[in-house]
Amino acid sequence: MSLATGRAGLSPVSISRLDKLGVVTTLIALAGLFLQPFMLFRANRIVLGDPLELWQSLPAFVWVPTLGVILAGIGLTLVKTPRTVRLSAGVAVLALLAVVVGVSASYLTPEGDSFARVSPGGGFWILIFAFALSVTDSVARLRLGPVPRVLALAAVGVVLAAILYSGLWSDLSILKEYAGRANSFWQQVQVHLVLALGSMAAAAVFGIPLGIVSYRIVRVRAAILNALNIVQTIPSMAMFGLLIAPMAWVGATIPGAAELGIGGIGVAPAFLALFAYSLLPVVSNTVVGLDTVPREPNDAARGVGMTDLQRLVRIEMPLAFPVILTGIRIVLVQNIGLTVIAGLIGGGGLGTFVFQGISQTAMDLVLLGAIPAVAMAFAAAIVLDAGVELSRPKGAGAQR
Amino acid sequence: MIEIDGLTKVYDTTTVVDDVSLSVEAGEVAAVVGTSGSGKTTLLRMINRLVEPTSGTVRIEGRDNREVAPYELRRHIGYAIQGHGLFPHHTVGRNIGTVPKLLGWDKQKIAARVDELLDLFQLDPAHFRDRMPHELSGGQKQRVGVARALAAGPSLLLMDEPFGALDPIIRAKAQDDLLDIQRRLGTTIVLVTHDMDEAIKLGNRIAVMDEGKLLQYARPQDIIAKPATDFVEALLASGERAFRMLSLTHVDELVEPGAADGEPIAGTASLREAYALLLWTRRDALPVIRNGEIIGRVTRAALDDKAAAPQ
Amino acid sequence: MKWALGLRLVAVVLLAAFIFAPEMFAPVFAPLTQFGAPPIYTQSAILDLTLSHLMLVGAATLAATILAVGLAILVTRPFGAEFLPLSRSLANIGQTFPPVAVLALAVPAMGFGAGPTLVALFLYGLLPIFENALTGLESLSPSVREAARGSGMTGLQRLVRVELPLAFPVILAGIRLSVVISLSTATIGSTVAAKTLGEVIIAGLLSNNTAFVLQGGLVVGVLAVLIYDGFVAIEKIAARRMGQSVPGTA
Repeated sequence: MSLATGRAGLSPVSISRLDKLGVVTTLIALAGLFLQPFMLFRANRIVLGDPLELWQSLPAFVWVPTLGVILAGIGLTLVKTPRTVRLSAGVAVLALLAVVVGVSASYLTPEGDSFARVSPGGGFWILIFAFALSVTDSVARLRLGPVPRVLALAAVGVVLAAILYSGLWSDLSILKEYAGRANSFWQQVQVHLVLALGSMAAAAVFGIPLGIVSYRIVRVRAAILNALNIVQTIPSMAMFGLLIAPMAWVGATIPGAAELGIGGIGVAPAFLALFAYSLLPVVSNTVVGLDTVPREPNDAARGVGMTDLQRLVRIEMPLAFPVILTGIRIVLVQNIGLTVIAGLIGGGGLGTFVFQGISQTAMDLVLLGAIPAVAMAFAAAIVLDAGVELSRPKGAGAQR
Repeated sequence: MIEIDGLTKVYDTTTVVDDVSLSVEAGEVAAVVGTSGSGKTTLLRMINRLVEPTSGTVRIEGRDNREVAPYELRRHIGYAIQGHGLFPHHTVGRNIGTVPKLLGWDKQKIAARVDELLDLFQLDPAHFRDRMPHELSGGQKQRVGVARALAAGPSLLLMDEPFGALDPIIRAKAQDDLLDIQRRLGTTIVLVTHDMDEAIKLGNRIAVMDEGKLLQYARPQDIIAKPATDFVEALLASGERAFRMLSLTHVDELVEPGAADGEPIAGTASLREAYALLLWTRRDALPVIRNGEIIGRVTRAALDDKAAAPQ
Repeated sequence: MKWALGLRLVAVVLLAAFIFAPEMFAPVFAPLTQFGAPPIYTQSAILDLTLSHLMLVGAATLAATILAVGLAILVTRPFGAEFLPLSRSLANIGQTFPPVAVLALAVPAMGFGAGPTLVALFLYGLLPIFENALTGLESLSPSVREAARGSGMTGLQRLVRVELPLAFPVILAGIRLSVVISLSTATIGSTVAAKTLGEVIIAGLLSNNTAFVLQGGLVVGVLAVLIYDGFVAIEKIAARRMGQSVPGTA
């Protein structure tokens, strides 16, 4: 039915009824359906996979309706339909794909074969990409407020958690990698979060006062910002590596340091490196935030006899807060990504799996580290963006 | 000559310009006055097709303005806007030469034309040709903007609040200069303004617009004498219409033989200025000078006559 | 400002000397080594690694610039306006992807070598350039836009003669951000066997040789600072001509 409307759309009258973005996503989705395998089957975790099309990956009573729903979804996005219809169609197809990929994995895994690995193929990812584009577009046009955005994120999180808990995806290769190291996975997630959040907190504690100082004393401003700028240019791998030796020295020579976990191996060098990278966004956003406080409230505050400190606490900081929070958002998202590098120097975190996977050419293991890191960064961005928006006084222009 | 016939522009459900018809004689200045949202700018932009009309036609020298591609049309119509719109990355000379370059003139011809226009606008070519726009004062930018609009020698010039960004003293000078240049070149001008004084000063004819409709299109003295609607009257601030009437005429036109005492007034001054001087110095007549010589006098009685409502 | 210029000159000279004749610096790095380990990385020539590193970054940035500016032009034309909200949110979402993760995700798709690194650098480099190109093209003052249209320029003439030149400094700032991120991210490419200066750092990490880590890091860092400065200088010249200040050089 959907394809039929698509073909009929070639007459000049109805071409104007085609949605431009729909045309693009349709082409992408069709390429995903027909040009790339839907699933990959491997006899064990490191050999190359056998490509399987959608109709080879599922029993007929599943793939036929699945194909029907996907084509219907394509049809609904191809022609001009109301935004809510497009959004629902996109979400429905994405949800269906999420379920079907698990069903397929169970269907393809031979009974009792613990070596076989089934993973989604290029076609699956391309389909996800196509419909995610369509959903993103609808969501962007809906202009959701900060609270609904966070709620939507929470809903997606709950659904994913439910799927994971239900065991629907248990036969997917990435979860087989997980099953083998569930304990260490959660431990590394914890380390990852501690590193990213801890270094962010430390950067806020030191960076905001440093920013205030740089704002007030113009002479030191350029020096501080330039120094922090240069820190940013040091490649992260080198930064992590360079801190190993000093940290080892501190751990060995300063009494009590080793008990605190400071040493050349472990989280200490990673923490310090992340802290160093975090300072620039916090400091520069504090300076910019204070700098863009309008003159009038400052003059008024002086006029009613506030001291400099009162002015800073009651006027300048509250007005600069959204900009400072933006800096913290940048830091958190950046740190969640950079913490992956810590895996390279034994600092722990999800990077451990990424680099282990790379060295073993076990791509599922790479994904086990990379996907949660991306998800965390994404969630952090949505939550903090919402925070920035809420902290902005009503009616103030949207700036970033 | 421009003939606008039944011009209408509808956006979604709002009619911005509603069935406007008027014509402007060659070499005349038509000033379109109205409050913001009156549709005056949209009317102007339909002449060079920056806005395509919903219905109605515009004929320029007898030819429908839809006969050529919009960009082709615009190259033959000068266009000057508020805030000048100079290209900040081009020199003054290159800015002025924009349209000639688009028309494919050769380099020497463009350079000569640029210098000619700079001279015309009292900007020393050697000094200004290679300046960047941000180095100019507001008044200079405005002059360059008008020079750019006139560069290809268009017979029609459209101006959208061209003096809006200038302070009052510079604005008065810029208006005088524009009139002077317009007389010399004989360019037809359609000018949009929200300022009735400006319209009266510059326009041979004034079109008053409100809510998309053309309320009145007439010579300034007729608008002042017989405002068609209450809105036109309100726009005129009718308490001042006697003075507005006086400001339309130069002292020269009312000179009569005879002598008078005291400080003289120039023949090029407006009657309004003459009347103010009479009141201020408690006199009944002023000597009038032209080129430094007294050529006669202007009397209070003559002014009274001129300022009174036509019978 | 004179001392700053001098400092840069010294940096250029030292960098060049190290790249062409790293052995000269052996005494400097020797104190950082233990148990008589070599102070200078000799597995591959530093010159080759530097060139390969710069080529990777250059190729990825060039491709990213062409595509990002092209896309920004497309979505700011009436024809592509429908894609504007989507492209804007994609750019926002894309920024949250960690560069390492982009690299890690490219490996399953492309295998080892320069390929995934190039793709990761390209994808990640798109975002700042696209965002800046969009800002540059959209922030054109309405009166300039109006004047360009009013003087009879065609769509293409407006783009080439007015919009792109005016957006140029902002686009350049985007390319600068992209290049600096790419220079650092490229080092990680060596974990998937791309030939970059990251090789030196990784060798240092594996053999516990701080001298290697430091020299690899320094070469990349100094390159980044110098390239950053070079871009800022060009942006300043371009922006000063128009009487604007340089965007984003805190």
